[in-house]
Amino acid sequence: MSEHQTSPAKLPGGQWIGVALLLIAGVYVRALAFTPTEAAQGLAQKIFYLHAPSAWSAFVAFCVVTVCSIGYLFLKDMRLDMFAASSAEVGVVFTSAVLISGPIWGKPIWGAWWTWDARLTSTLFLWFIFFGYLVLRSAVREPGQRARYSAVLGILGAPLVAFIHVSVKLFRTTHPQPVVLKPEGPTLPSQMLTTLLLSFAAFTFFYVVLVTRRYALMRAEDARARLAEGDDAA
Amino acid sequence: MGDVMRQALVVARKDLLLELRSRTAFLSMLAFTALVLAIFNFARDPTAIGATDLAPSTLWITFSFAGLLGLNRAFALERENRALDGLLLAPLSRTALYVGKALANLVFLGTVEAIALPAFALFFNVPILPVLPALAGVIALATIGFVSVGTLLSAMAVTTRFAELILALLMLPFLLPPVSAAAQITSRLFAGRPLAEQVGWLKLLVGFDIVFVVLCMLIFEWTLEE
Repeated sequence: MSEHQTSPAKLPGGQWIGVALLLIAGVYVRALAFTPTEAAQGLAQKIFYLHAPSAWSAFVAFCVVTVCSIGYLFLKDMRLDMFAASSAEVGVVFTSAVLISGPIWGKPIWGAWWTWDARLTSTLFLWFIFFGYLVLRSAVREPGQRARYSAVLGILGAPLVAFIHVSVKLFRTTHPQPVVLKPEGPTLPSQMLTTLLLSFAAFTFFYVVLVTRRYALMRAEDARARLAEGDDAA
Repeated sequence: MGDVMRQALVVARKDLLLELRSRTAFLSMLAFTALVLAIFNFARDPTAIGATDLAPSTLWITFSFAGLLGLNRAFALERENRALDGLLLAPLSRTALYVGKALANLVFLGTVEAIALPAFALFFNVPILPVLPALAGVIALATIGFVSVGTLLSAMAVTTRFAELILALLMLPFLLPPVSAAAQITSRLFAGRPLAEQVGWLKLLVGFDIVFVVLCMLIFEWTLEE
């Protein structure tokens, strides 16, 4: 025990989290002080600059899980598995942010905390899939098996989210339609658009920082586990 | 392909034969579905909601629960005495193993549904005979959908701690598209509307079946590799 005892190791790169949070704070200063208030919704619309970018980061996290899962099945590289797992954990956080900020915005504007709209439902189920993915991981001990199982689930999840979206769309939808990415070009006023794009950039950066840090931590845990195994064997 | 099908039929036959000889799972499933139907009838205010209003949702919730329970059976069976090792050593392709297990699940669940349907009609006083062919088709499509994913997920879930809970947690999100489509079509069929009106939902059901049957066949082998 004692020969491995060192001072608690610190993961490098912690300052980047601070940078990401500062960027988000900066975007919010711009959103509150230097971006015009939306005519119909008033101040309530300001949550948009948190809600939409969180959804974007959650979506990116999910795509990363799927891509890493496919990659894992072909390459059998444990680093891909760890990266997918990190992305899923961070994805849960962003999806939770969407699910919490959505109702806060929805209540004053739609008059209801929740509706069973296509986008709300697919986000909720995205959360369930991420959560199931993490629970499955925690229930399997053997790392190789855990990696294969998670990859299988990560791959099945992608078409599922698409199907859930379509199936709920066959009901009626009340969620605002996209205001940026659509065929006829953005319809958002240019100042709001700038703030929104800055916010997307800040949140994407925040996602990257969190995932890489979580990944570094997982690598460190993995290395420690190997070390402990070596000790047992010796 | 013919070879795979032949092997799959052998696996399915083995599973069904085992079931036929013990009948424990089958009979308990039937009792379970009847119980769920009965409890649903009492979990409503009869002066506010008519039995027929609740009928389609009851039917589909019952089938989903039955499916969830039945799917655990397929691989739990192989866990006992490590029978799965024998299957993996047999000259059998992994795809054939998956298709065989899925077929057995399909027959098992289909039989439970076929017996539960008259009980449902009786308890909820729904005239199912006039819409029977369309209803049977919808039930078949939805069941194929969730058996395809469920067989794969149960192969993973049985090896974990809390297998039943984990299967439910993983499986329920996958039930949303087929069950919502099937319940919508069912309620409209009961309302006397033609099936031709439900093309959107039918496309969704068929699309779900095709995508997940193919995908699960392709990735099943990764759940077994030793």
